[in-house]
Amino acid sequence: MRRTALATLLLAAAVPAQADEIWVTNEKDNTISVIDIATQEVTRTIPVGERPRGITFSHDYSRVYICASDSDAVQVMDPVTGEILHDLPSGEDPEQFVLAPDDRHLYIANEDDAVATVVDVETRTVVSQIDVGIEPEGMAISPDGKIAIVTSETTNMAHWIDTETHELFANTLVDSRPRHAEFVKHGTELWVSSEIGGTITVFDVATQAEKAKISFEIQGVHSDRIQPVGFELTADEKTAFVALGPANHLAVVNADTYEVEEYVLVGRRVWHMAFNADRSQLFTTNGISGDVTVVDVASRKALKSIKVGRFPWGAAFRPTQ
Amino acid sequence: MHRLIGLAICAALAATSPARADVAVHVAYLRQLVPIPPTLSNLDPVPADLGVAGAALALEDNRTTGRFLGQDWTLEVTEVPEGGDFAAAAAAALATTDLVILDAPVAQTLAAADLPAAAKALLFNATNQDAALREEECRANLLHTAVSLAMRADALMQFFVTRRWTDLALIAGPRPEDAPWTAALEASATKFGLKIRWKKTWDNGADMRRNASAEVPLFTQDMAKADVILVSDETDDFARYIPYNTWSPQPVAGSEGLTATAWSPVVEQWGAAQLQSRFADAAGRPMRPEDYTAWAALRALGEAVTRSGAADAPTLRAYLLSDAFELAGFKGRPLTFRPWNGQLRQTIALATPRALVASAPLEGFLHPVNELDTLGQDQPETRCTAF
Repeated sequence: MRRTALATLLLAAAVPAQADEIWVTNEKDNTISVIDIATQEVTRTIPVGERPRGITFSHDYSRVYICASDSDAVQVMDPVTGEILHDLPSGEDPEQFVLAPDDRHLYIANEDDAVATVVDVETRTVVSQIDVGIEPEGMAISPDGKIAIVTSETTNMAHWIDTETHELFANTLVDSRPRHAEFVKHGTELWVSSEIGGTITVFDVATQAEKAKISFEIQGVHSDRIQPVGFELTADEKTAFVALGPANHLAVVNADTYEVEEYVLVGRRVWHMAFNADRSQLFTTNGISGDVTVVDVASRKALKSIKVGRFPWGAAFRPTQ
Repeated sequence: MHRLIGLAICAALAATSPARADVAVHVAYLRQLVPIPPTLSNLDPVPADLGVAGAALALEDNRTTGRFLGQDWTLEVTEVPEGGDFAAAAAAALATTDLVILDAPVAQTLAAADLPAAAKALLFNATNQDAALREEECRANLLHTAVSLAMRADALMQFFVTRRWTDLALIAGPRPEDAPWTAALEASATKFGLKIRWKKTWDNGADMRRNASAEVPLFTQDMAKADVILVSDETDDFARYIPYNTWSPQPVAGSEGLTATAWSPVVEQWGAAQLQSRFADAAGRPMRPEDYTAWAALRALGEAVTRSGAADAPTLRAYLLSDAFELAGFKGRPLTFRPWNGQLRQTIALATPRALVASAPLEGFLHPVNELDTLGQDQPETRCTAF
């Protein structure tokens, strides 16, 4: 007890800045690993429901939402105590979700049911269920909250949902097995990664028309193994980091020209990622190697590997001050 | 003469199909029923809807996608009884569609492919693993989503090379059904520089349920130095009694122990768990290789229709054989067709009943074009000239 206190004290002295955290879901351990960004060590391991995947915080960071796919629940946790407060009605097999800008509506992909469920996190009720393609997974919502996107892995589409009517207003084909979607550049572009197709499709949001396609090539890695999944953009939205799955690399993409500038070697089967507060560091989840790689954004170099649980999948940033 | 078991599916479709469908795709599924030989054990009965259940799931997948694109899918399944006229059933099906999935022995498959009405049609061999269908008897209108025996044998041999199990023994099954698999194993061992030093044909005389511990040790005594004992028993008759009864403690592979297969219930990576659970929910049983390869046939068609916007056989065939086509088949890499013989490239699972041991091609087996082409007949050695 004393020793812990002393260690904390020393730590606080050495790193006076905030000790922000990265939260990582461990799919095959049913836990969350909490990484202290300052020390780059796992400080807490929190038990959650079965096969946790998607993870996101409420806007004030007082709640964390976790997709516990095999428990058929979205769990709501107090991030300070690590206690599960309650479950949200989520539909079956919630795999991934996105929290609307109103901080109140969760859009959830129900992978086994080919539906997207909209849940009000305050009243804890299902607002709507929307039929989409087979195996929905990637979820995104526009900054103005007007458009929600669901990508379906086997139907190979991005489904465009009008969030007022909860109706589909467009369905656009992408390459095989779309996994992740993000609105970028103030909501003017939608990016969708296709794992088996090996591409990111860029859509013009106003017209839902395909605008560009990003493809990848790594010397010595067969193109079949280059499988883009998660991606994140830097604060200025000029650079994107793309996880390439079993290629074990991140691609660094110029978000204006859509050209790949560089590849960064990380752990095995890299899935998703989260930035720290000033986006100077990036933390990637590496499923097969069971660790998180810390990447320095400016130099584009991997700095460190942090061992977490088995099959880390989702990642989210939590400021502590 | 033939039974329509797809009736329920068709009726359901008719009720819900959108009137505004821009493209209507009708697919026929022809299945030749064959006698199932008697086996010593009744532990693993062959499901009555083998293969068909996979196609039914693919139909649902295609319909879901089709719903967003104005594509209407129907599937009609015809089962030809033992001794029935398969060619006549094929001719009847070809009168309604030029897209046909076949689940039949070699003779019936070729009879269907050689019908004049099939000349401009597109046929899929969903279950037959025979070598000749991909080689000297290949047909330009016949694509194969079933894996070949050569692909399965090569997968096993790659594993043995990786493990440095170089001295092999082979127990060949006595039935005619076992001979092609025995031949494939022998050819593949040669291809990968492994030696089958001991080969014996199984004697089917005894009831192994009672006698295995007495019979098998003696039978395998002279192959006691082999690194692994291969068993060829494609009718699932005696091989299950070999493991743990061998003279010396040896792993068993082939038709028992470590098997090489297009699909297995133990495959769960690359999103396969979702396909497994969707299939189990729909069919009430685990997905077998024949279900997977029938699913792959109808899903390949679905992908081709979605991407090309066409529903006619010549356009779809050209698209399927082009570089543009790829199927996300829950195997960790895109599946494509070999343009020289119409075989669907795919990984092979090396599995025990409880776990996936490895997935072929194994690491280190390189290929200038596609590592999947280290499994089965590659372009330089093909005898197929129809493509």
